[in-house]
Amino acid sequence: MRSTTYGRGLRSLSLLTVLFIAAALVMVFFYAPLDAEQGFVQKIFYIHVPLAIVSLCGFVFGGLMAIGYLRTGDRAWDMRSYVAIHMALIFGIGGLISGSIWAKASWGHWWVWNEPTLVSFLIVILLFCTYQPLRFSIEDPERQARYASVFAITCGAFVPLNFIAVSQATQFVHPRVLTLTGAHLPPAMGVTFLVSMIGITLLYATLWKYEMAAKNARSQLRRLRRTLLGEDLDRPYGRSAAPL
Amino acid sequence: MSQLLASAPALPLGHAGKFVAAAYIVVFVIVLVYVAIMAIRAQRIERDLDQLQRDVEAARAGSERDSERSGSLL
Repeated sequence: MRSTTYGRGLRSLSLLTVLFIAAALVMVFFYAPLDAEQGFVQKIFYIHVPLAIVSLCGFVFGGLMAIGYLRTGDRAWDMRSYVAIHMALIFGIGGLISGSIWAKASWGHWWVWNEPTLVSFLIVILLFCTYQPLRFSIEDPERQARYASVFAITCGAFVPLNFIAVSQATQFVHPRVLTLTGAHLPPAMGVTFLVSMIGITLLYATLWKYEMAAKNARSQLRRLRRTLLGEDLDRPYGRSAAPL
Repeated sequence: MSQLLASAPALPLGHAGKFVAAAYIVVFVIVLVYVAIMAIRAQRIERDLDQLQRDVEAARAGSERDSERSGSLL
């Protein structure tokens, strides 16, 4: 694995993230007008939708990184793909829980099984929940990286297809604010949503970089120790879901 | 900032307030737990780095002892 400094620019990125998230919170609660239909509960939209979008984009990003691994064979791409999917899964669970809370407040139910948007998102999350067990089941690092990359590309391609299929569905109770033709929001709500979206995207990017920096440092430490002890650098470290 | 807050309307929490608070708190807690896990990992890296430093010093001391011994034999 090539040595890369993922920590570069992390401080400014973190500060920018804090700035945007703080601005988003202020705008959500003190600037964006109340929704005429839903009232105050609509404020959940500003956290739930960006989390869901960033999560889905994270899965696609993981798939793109996996293409990088299959093309080059460089394990750094596998690590990037692994961390992207890992982070997207966390954001997806956040989106799922916040959406469920909104559903309870708005519909009176935590979950509605006949709603395509909800069920399709759950399927995507469950699909990517199998990514870690898949990795863990393969001990050989090269095979693990290769199989995981194929999985990440296939499932990453499934995400936009799934989105298009759901947008074509005719029966849904889930609000349709963002469609393929654009966002149907008043300007103040639109700006607030945009700031929230940027804040959550920056949070994803910051955490991704933090995780990459930590994994890279740990990997380099292990290699240094092996070099010092005169051990074989290519010998597997043992069973692990994460690239080592 | 204070002007913005002063001109902002009071939040009409009502029935929805607890749900909105719950949604934001859940997300905040998820991020907080994740950052805490990252902090634990960073501590582990620091520990490993200390261990590596000790190993390097031990190896250096060992090689110095060996070179001194070979020098005295000559």
